Formats: sequence, C-alpha cells, structure tokens
Amino acid sequence: MEVTVNGTQRHLAEGQTLADLLAELGAAPEHVAVEHNGAILDRADFPGLVLRPADRLEIVRFVGGG
Amino acid sequence: MTVSSLSPLVVGGVTLRSRLFLGTGKFPSPGVMAAAVEASGAELVTVAVRRLSLTGPGDDMLSALDWTRYRLLPNTSGARDADEAVRVARLARAACGTTWVKLEVTPDPNYLLPDGVETLKAAERLVKEGFTVLPYINVDPVLARRLAEVGCATVMPLASPIGSNRGLQARDLLGILIEQATVPVVVDAGLGMPSHAAEAIELGADAVLVNTAIAVAEDPALMARAFKAAVEAALMARAAGPAGSSRTARASSPLTGFLRAEA
Repeated sequence: MEVTVNGTQRHLAEGQTLADLLAELGAAPEHVAVEHNGAILDRADFPGLVLRPADRLEIVRFVGGG
Repeated sequence: MTVSSLSPLVVGGVTLRSRLFLGTGKFPSPGVMAAAVEASGAELVTVAVRRLSLTGPGDDMLSALDWTRYRLLPNTSGARDADEAVRVARLARAACGTTWVKLEVTPDPNYLLPDGVETLKAAERLVKEGFTVLPYINVDPVLARRLAEVGCATVMPLASPIGSNRGLQARDLLGILIEQATVPVVVDAGLGMPSHAAEAIELGADAVLVNTAIAVAEDPALMARAFKAAVEAALMARAAGPAGSSRTARASSPLTGFLRAEA
C-alpha cells in the first residue's frame, strides 16, 4: 500500500504499524513527534497504530536552530 | 530595571540563573556545539523542529548535548503565519513535553522580520492551550504590551535581522520598549559581538539570545565565554549604579593648584 510520509510517497506492507515504520527509518520514537492525517499523536499510540492506504504522516524531530 | 540586576531572572514561573540564552543552529559539529553551550553557562537552549530526513542520517547536531542539564526552548522557525506556528508548537510539545515555545512567524525570507499580526494571533491561541510563549518581535513597544496582555511570558525584540550580526539597530526604540514592558525583555537576533549583548543588558534588557555570532566564530567555545563575560559585566554595571553622562567634560583631576597663577 502507498502512504505519504513527509510529503513523499512510500510503499509499506499491509498491517505495518507506525512503530514499524519508525524502526525502518531508524528513528527513535522518543526523539520524534508524529502527525497522522492532521492529528498529533501521543507517543504511547505509536506501537498500536496500524497504517492504512493513503495515510498522511508528518514525522518531525528537533534540529539545531536559533 | 526596578529589581536588582543581579537577581535571577524568572520566566513563566521558572528561575533562570543565566541571562544568556543560546541557539544551537549553524555549529560545525555536535561536539563544538556542546562545548560552546557549556562555556556559555546558558540554561535555556533553542532548537528548531524539522521533518525527519527519510534519505540519510540528517542533522544530528543535538546528539552531543546532555538534555538533563538544559531547558529546551523549541522555536517555530519557518512558520509563515499563525496556523503554521501553532502547528509547529504543538509538534514540539509532542516531541519533548515542554510547553515552552519561542514563537517566530517570519514570512519575509530576505530579512526574516517577524509578522506582528500573525505573531499576536498565534500567541493568543498558544497561551490558551497552556504554552509558555516567548515571541520574537520587531522593536515595537506597543506590540510588546499587547503580547504581554494576552499572557506571553516574555517578549523577544530583535537587535537587527537574524544572523546579520549588526547589533542594536533600533536602540532608542528598544529603550522605550524596555521602559514600558511588563514582562521580561529578551533581546534576540543580530547580536554579533559581546559588546552588543552588553549594550542590550546595560540598556535594561533582562536577557539576550545569541546563536550565529557564537556558532560561526572560529572558536565558538571561546566566543561563548566572551558573551557570558559581557552579559555578566553589564549586569554588574547595572547593579553598581552607573554614573550619568554629559556632553561636556567634567574634570577628574582637581581644578586648583596648577603650576601657574590662579585666576
């Protein structure tokens, strides 16, 4: 299935959770925040969130900045 | 400048020992950044929120910092209007749990000057959502009052455009802003040398935020020490009760006993 991650189309296996996707991306869950179809998620919801076709995800992290 | 200049600064109910805040952008490496933050004595450290890189390792600038020792101040840099700023602030809160946010709304890419109208709109919403809001503003004493009225914890007027290192370009207006402010004033952006930071504090600012001048210096840790010393010197000077100034000379040596006939 296809989802949109940070504005880019990405192919995922059916049944993949958000936690699976973060692991695939090498992102530590405690270092990111995720917006799922426009709603910001609690970190506790990452493992249980099964992604669906056409989901839109924004995954952000902190970087150096003033 | 009614309280003792050497007393700790209180922002949003939190006491800060250091009146130098540090930005973490533009450093050449995580190690250099961590050393500069350490040397600066800063407790409050700003960070930006950006998309996770999907293609490479991305920015790991923050990896070397011990976050248990610093208070994080996420900014909303990149936001062009109130909606974008509120969205970034909420994501920052979700990422680290802090409700503090440096509110930046800068639609103009050339000068990165803050949009006061959108900033006020975003500030109202964020305060209602429980955020401690530190808004980046132009040197506008009236806007500063409006932001304090809606519940902002500080105001952060610019010295000069972000990263320009040009020092206090609206000194007289900044003096008025400080005189009329009802919340702490943190001078942010454009402080290029320690003397600029000292000038802001001497003028009555409660704190300064520095990034580019330190991050881009050849020796960032040394420059961080220099800014720390400048801020401390200016605070001591304020506490010491500065002598007044005059346009004409006031002799320091006696005006009697010269080697000539007295008039």
